[in-house]
Amino acid sequence: MAKGTIFINQDRCKGCTLCTTVCPKDLIEMDQETLNALGYHPALLVDPSDDCTGCTLCAVICPDVCITVYREARMRATA
Amino acid sequence: MSVIAPETMETVYSYPQSLTEKPTHYCPGCTHGIAHRLVAEALDELGLRERTVMVAPVGCSVFAYAYFNTDACEAAHGRAPAMATGIKRVDPDNIVVTYQGDGDLAAIGSADIMHVAARGDNITTIFVNNAIYGMTGGQMAPTTLPGQKTTSSPMGRNVDMTGMPIRMSEVLATLPGSAYIVRRSLHDVKHIRKAKKAILTALKVQQAGLGFSMVELLSSCPTNWGIQPVDALQWVEEHMVPYFPLGDYKIADGVADL
Repeated sequence: MAKGTIFINQDRCKGCTLCTTVCPKDLIEMDQETLNALGYHPALLVDPSDDCTGCTLCAVICPDVCITVYREARMRATA
Repeated sequence: MSVIAPETMETVYSYPQSLTEKPTHYCPGCTHGIAHRLVAEALDELGLRERTVMVAPVGCSVFAYAYFNTDACEAAHGRAPAMATGIKRVDPDNIVVTYQGDGDLAAIGSADIMHVAARGDNITTIFVNNAIYGMTGGQMAPTTLPGQKTTSSPMGRNVDMTGMPIRMSEVLATLPGSAYIVRRSLHDVKHIRKAKKAILTALKVQQAGLGFSMVELLSSCPTNWGIQPVDALQWVEEHMVPYFPLGDYKIADGVADL
């Protein structure tokens, strides 16, 4: 079950590949099938078994602020 | 552009309010984008966006005024600290931030930055040091490392002829008016997070009126160094960090209490 996911704004991506190097689970790759309007192969989340934890490492290193990160709301302990 | 969050999930990271939606003109993998984002996030967190005035430099970040969703103006080459001083003195309620590269701050603007630090004017400077003149085509800068090849030092920087690179943070830390001078790096996630904390502190120093604050950020220039973005970050770690040691060079009294 997914604990998190990311949205990559492929229109802004410049294909620098930095996000692919920091993902602890290697879930991001460059989409060689697509060219965006800027002329780059944008980053793509490949997560067939919902492994993304929403750790935000990719978003922290992205120079073009393409990545939005979502995470499941934490369960709060009740007294 | 708005994105609908998946059901049951909360957004833990999204586009900062203090950046406009305009895509930057920076090359792929350039850490200017990271530096912009960190400044924007810091302004958001402290709620300073509405009263911030950015002063854009000349260099790659010359269009910074178009990317920050704050008031901004454009200074002549190297003169951002002088302009910032004027803006701050006219209305001390403004939060005034200059964003300068190493060609701008350490070469043509070296006098201006010295005197703003000597006067202790209450502004914040973000100093992006990538050891090269980026916008003009990769010429040698005062911060270029010994032996580093640039378009104006094709055999590598000859230190017998041009001297050693200037360590601006160390120089400015010796001046009595400076309150907070630190050097951080943007070469990996851990150091990016540390850099953001430093930027937050620098802005708090300005809010508290303690004096001049500067955060130097070691950055990459994949295009003019002629290497891939991932290799460029590694180059920062292997070559720049040893010559430009990361650390706190000046922490004035009162900064630790912020």
